[in-house]
Amino acid sequence: MSEAASIVATAKPRVSARFRLQWEEAQQSWVLLYPEGMVKLNASAGEIMKRCDGSRSVDELVAELEQAFDTRGLHADVASFLDMARAQHWIEV
Amino acid sequence: MNAPVQAPATSIGPPLWLLAEITYRCPLHCAFCYNPTDFAATTEELGTEDWLRVLREARAAGSVQCAFSGGEPLARDDLEVLVAEARRLGFYTNLLTSGVGLTEARAAALKEAGLDHIQLSFQDSTRELNDFLSHTRTFDLKRRVAAMIKANGWPMVMNCVIHRLNIDYIENIIDMAVELGAEYLELANSQYYSWALLNRDQLLPSREQIERAERITNERRQRYGDRIRIFFVVPDYYETRPKKCMNGWGSVFLTVTPDGTALPCHTAKMLPGLSFPNVREMGVREIWYDSEGFNRFRGDDWMQEPCRSCPEKEKDRGGCRCQAFMLAGDAAAPDPVCDKSSAHHVVLEAVERAQRPVQPVAKEAPLIFRGPAESRRLIEQGRKSLAVD
Repeated sequence: MSEAASIVATAKPRVSARFRLQWEEAQQSWVLLYPEGMVKLNASAGEIMKRCDGSRSVDELVAELEQAFDTRGLHADVASFLDMARAQHWIEV
Repeated sequence: MNAPVQAPATSIGPPLWLLAEITYRCPLHCAFCYNPTDFAATTEELGTEDWLRVLREARAAGSVQCAFSGGEPLARDDLEVLVAEARRLGFYTNLLTSGVGLTEARAAALKEAGLDHIQLSFQDSTRELNDFLSHTRTFDLKRRVAAMIKANGWPMVMNCVIHRLNIDYIENIIDMAVELGAEYLELANSQYYSWALLNRDQLLPSREQIERAERITNERRQRYGDRIRIFFVVPDYYETRPKKCMNGWGSVFLTVTPDGTALPCHTAKMLPGLSFPNVREMGVREIWYDSEGFNRFRGDDWMQEPCRSCPEKEKDRGGCRCQAFMLAGDAAAPDPVCDKSSAHHVVLEAVERAQRPVQPVAKEAPLIFRGPAESRRLIEQGRKSLAVD
């Protein structure tokens, strides 16, 4: 993906109106629901997506994840996931 | 036959998909309807309280997508109550409708209930083919319903069953969907079960028709780009490997019919020698994990050759059990769509007959239209043939 298309650090992503994000106890995972379909998110995708509520910038989201999981250097991975999520219309910025 | 091997509950995933067929009543008479041809024998529909309990039990068992279907689900006046409970439970709620009976007031009530999505089907039943193609009454109805869908902010999926008699007008169908503002269009070739099987020779398109339709669909995809996503489903009779029917028996789909029978797919009731539980007598979790009917074709112990040793067996799970029963006379046989099946010639013969020139509807053998009177006639006919046997 080109740099130009990448999500900017100050953007505040939120789950697109076309999808509904919810935790599924039976599947022990976050899922995205849409007309007659479902995307089952893996654990890290779920952690990112559940924070996409339009209130946090990408930078804030990354900082929160790094704190929650006691780690550093997540920015590139998160940004690349968000680029993919936007291309799939899972999120809007 | 041995008792079905009980797979450990942990290896069976939850019934993610609940198809709630809340009624067989329908104002339409589609010649390709997948409802059983003996639907008129169902007189006792599940009541509201029973459906509410089924929704709760299914959700507790892990169901997450819920489709209200039929018949025409709007024929039940408690649809809004059921949708509201489903939404409250956390289901993603889909309404599969022809749009007949959807008034402004009901649309508003469904919105209030939290309905997530409406799939609007074209009501072309081939009896009204000319009307359908000339965009008069049908188009007015669809335009009205499409406007209601838009006004309520629902995503719109249009679905049109494609067959020999309408496939040559596929450009009209696509253009109509675009004009109505649909985001998705499913051009689903008729599948040959129930009423469609009775009418198969009149409905199965020729190879030439399918190739033309696919070409035009691709041209329209280019033309319309992002405005609409178009899905085109080829009839499986033209394939050499079967579909992975229902993503595998008892793998994700749970259908509950209007009388409360629980099925692994909406046509499975036709299979002889299998008993399917009723939600009036058994809870959804027990139905899904423990009932004989749902375990019958799980795993691969039931498979015959060439399926059992086939390297592709997990890819298609041997195809469709109903198709195997209808075309090969044995529900455990390989799906005759597969060219490794010893009954594949049955499919090839139907395809061969479909290559005859396409004629106007009036010149073909008459279609058998779905309806209560016709259903009762077919039930009576079935009784007589049993008496003769």
